[in-house]
Amino acid sequence: MTAITPEIVREHGLSPDEYSRIMRLLNRAPNLVELGIFSVMWSEHCSYKSTRVHLRKLPTKGGIVIQGPGENAGVIDIGDGDACIFKMESHNHPSFIEPYQGAATGVGGIMRDVFTMGARPIAMMNALRFGEPSHEKTRHLVSGVVSGIGGYGNCMGVPTVGGEVNFHRSYNGNILVNAMCVGLARTDRIFLSAAKGAGNPVVYIGSKTGRDGIHGATMASAEFNEDSEEKRPTVQVGDPFTEKLLLEACLELMATDAIIAIQDMGAAGLTSSSAEMADKGGSGIELDLDHVPQRETNMTAYDMMLSESQERMLAVLKPGREEEAEAIFKKWELDFAVIGITTDTKRLVVKHKGEIVADMPVTSLSDEAPLYERPYERRTPARLAQPRIDSTRPVLDSLRTLLASPDLCSRRWVWEQYDNSVMADTIQMPGGDAAVVRVHGTNKALAITTDVTPRYCKADPFEGAKQAVAEAWRNLTAVGATPLAVTDNLNFGNPERPETMGEIVGAIDGIGDACRALSFPVVSGNCSLYNETNGEPILPTPAIGGVGLIKDVARMATIAFKRAGDTILLIGDTEGHLGQSLYLREIETREEGAAPPVDLAAEKRNGDFVRRLIEQGRVDTVHDISDGGLIVAVAEMAMPGGIGADLSPNERGDIPFLFGEDQARYLIAAPPAEAERIMADAAKAAVPGFRLGRTGGADLILAPDKRAAVRRLREAHESWFPRYMEAGPR
Amino acid sequence: MKSAVIVFPASNRDRDSADVLEKVTGTKPYMVWHGETEVPDVDLIVLPGGFSYGDYLRCGAMASQSRIMRDVIAKADKGVAVLGICNGFQILTESRLLPGALMRNAGLKFVSKPVPVEVEETQSMFTRRYRQKQRVVYPVAHGEGNYFADDETLNRLEGEGRVVFRYASGENPNGSARDIAGVLNEKRNVMGLMPHPECACDPMLGPPDGLGLFEGLVEALS
Repeated sequence: MTAITPEIVREHGLSPDEYSRIMRLLNRAPNLVELGIFSVMWSEHCSYKSTRVHLRKLPTKGGIVIQGPGENAGVIDIGDGDACIFKMESHNHPSFIEPYQGAATGVGGIMRDVFTMGARPIAMMNALRFGEPSHEKTRHLVSGVVSGIGGYGNCMGVPTVGGEVNFHRSYNGNILVNAMCVGLARTDRIFLSAAKGAGNPVVYIGSKTGRDGIHGATMASAEFNEDSEEKRPTVQVGDPFTEKLLLEACLELMATDAIIAIQDMGAAGLTSSSAEMADKGGSGIELDLDHVPQRETNMTAYDMMLSESQERMLAVLKPGREEEAEAIFKKWELDFAVIGITTDTKRLVVKHKGEIVADMPVTSLSDEAPLYERPYERRTPARLAQPRIDSTRPVLDSLRTLLASPDLCSRRWVWEQYDNSVMADTIQMPGGDAAVVRVHGTNKALAITTDVTPRYCKADPFEGAKQAVAEAWRNLTAVGATPLAVTDNLNFGNPERPETMGEIVGAIDGIGDACRALSFPVVSGNCSLYNETNGEPILPTPAIGGVGLIKDVARMATIAFKRAGDTILLIGDTEGHLGQSLYLREIETREEGAAPPVDLAAEKRNGDFVRRLIEQGRVDTVHDISDGGLIVAVAEMAMPGGIGADLSPNERGDIPFLFGEDQARYLIAAPPAEAERIMADAAKAAVPGFRLGRTGGADLILAPDKRAAVRRLREAHESWFPRYMEAGPR
Repeated sequence: MKSAVIVFPASNRDRDSADVLEKVTGTKPYMVWHGETEVPDVDLIVLPGGFSYGDYLRCGAMASQSRIMRDVIAKADKGVAVLGICNGFQILTESRLLPGALMRNAGLKFVSKPVPVEVEETQSMFTRRYRQKQRVVYPVAHGEGNYFADDETLNRLEGEGRVVFRYASGENPNGSARDIAGVLNEKRNVMGLMPHPECACDPMLGPPDGLGLFEGLVEALS
């Protein structure tokens, strides 16, 4: 047996202190298999050792929450016995090394997290961040990630209904691929991962185990350097066909009552699924690796315990139900094997070829895992709200430039590669404020969005994270949904640096404050740390995935202007905050100033007001104001239907008013008489309302001599992405 | 009208087809597993969209060799109506029930979007409810929908009124020869098309342009 040297310990990403801790917990030195098990279970990716103490501060409860963080995904009650199960998860490191497979298996992994709980996935979203467009790798990464997401999701027959794509140089060496899956189940048919009871068969289902992805979780917990390309063998390979069969087979098995517990084999594969199931069930598990279905010959216990081969699940069945379960998996031509048994020893015991190759207390992998209160520094946030600008620049030229800029242009090139019509329930396609997917066979629908503005988070992690939550809440509100709950995907650099840890702590506090104020609990999430290359961290990127409920799909709003002659109303206060705005970055080429402050009380008041108008059927055209400010939002409402807008009657046309990114604001278009009633109601509710102009014509008019053809704006908006992608080698 | 939807491993628009069939006929269609040997006695067989067997070989190639297809082919030969949508169309060409082949999209990317399509031929049980040259909008969602056949075959298809759907001028999403979106077999009882009429039957999702196809079939086959 291999002797454990300090060198081997280091290669496993464990510190000398952590190794001593293992010795103490085992009362002896671990063997190589055990060291491997500890290394993945104690990795940042699996243990959340740097963030756990802070994550506890998040609000995770509420009337609608059925299952908060800690399970494979979060579960909320959406009425009528229906449950919505959802989670977002990152696959950043693998996607940078091998974009197609990295993104594809990210999609597959998050889908398994959702269907392992008994849900049929009904929608996929994603939040993607790439390096600057001029970087030599960006085009290749965009192309690979987008086709990987499509390749997996399309085959699964789950519509990919939207997401975010942004570019910034801080992601040059470390892209972000966050995938979110939303599923539906019945509230009384939800499956958990607690392997309760002793003497129950532990079964392996799905694909065979190979040597792919060994140490993926450990890789995802380290920084990158020039040699990262060499880590390609740690990236898993996806097989959506097998996953589709696994989905159908699992749902078929779940229709019986044979399952005690079930969990997907994601990061750290067989190790984490067995350890976590035993831990949650307060039991032990004994595995016999001789029975594990294997794709390659001569696999060692180490290989099998650390493999991250995809499309596999581990389940604990009621005794005597093995045959019934096996018949289902045989029908779907998937592997099924009894590979172990639950025990009352609270130990994880692994046997291979008749010998015990690992034996450790389950809690040594969970409760006893290291927990760090890492030192952190909270930087003083940038203060400057109103940076200096050239106030003589022609605003329509700036508008055209912004609409055609990488971060604001149409993402049609991306979403047209995702099947978004399959399942015949996608009511709002990508391009609006939130995607809307009907609950099959009913009149209600889920609204889904992913949001974060990393440049705000860099300037001020606390306000920036508040803004991410507020924007998700606003996007759901803007389609008429009641925001229900969120999943978060916290992407940051190396937590061992106090300034990065300060960003993490600030962001978690910001998310907590906003979620509490907006009654928007966090029900699931994922942390991805060590997103840096050669010591350069990414912008702090706490992505928020929000889910809301529309009770009646007939009462819903979309962003497109629908009629000429509607009055355009601006709801919310406008001070003209240009700090950290896209205007400043794209037009003045400066990234500076304070992030826009988020007044959560104003968010709630204004949002509740707008939502009620939609629910009452008084308004069908709403858009939230975010990146690019008010005039960009007006253009986004004009372009889809080719209906223009005349804003010349209003007296403000200055750059801060048009391009400022103040929060808590919406645009509404309604027939004039209704608009007047809305203004009166707004005044009563202490909600700021402002008559901005009127829809109609084919131009966007700011003043009699300042007009732009909507058609031309649309051309500019649509052209950047395809032109960029077709311009160079992929 | 009685109908059946064939379910291959990784079919994924099987439910979408079944829902529409139930809506227009009032009866749930049979869902027939690929491993069966016989399709029940029905008036219409639908081969649905999806990625049968993962489509890791040529799209539809594996499915065309499946056990159930022997009976589908036999029933088609006897005149039973067969509708292949997307992956179903690919399976029909691989099974030689329809001429031609579906190649990788000219743009080399998966394409998912609503596409305007023109009804070229109304003398068929599939399109009798439409007007000649009627423009309908169906979503497409495929990576291999680029219809190809040699000129002689294409001329013959056009001459015999077997090109049923064509992408509207300038809207061809995949490079298909002569903008062809759907074709009939010689006996006019088998049709394949790449766009998805079954996902255009609900006013909440957009204009319900696909309903005419299914209602026409009910009219013709009941």
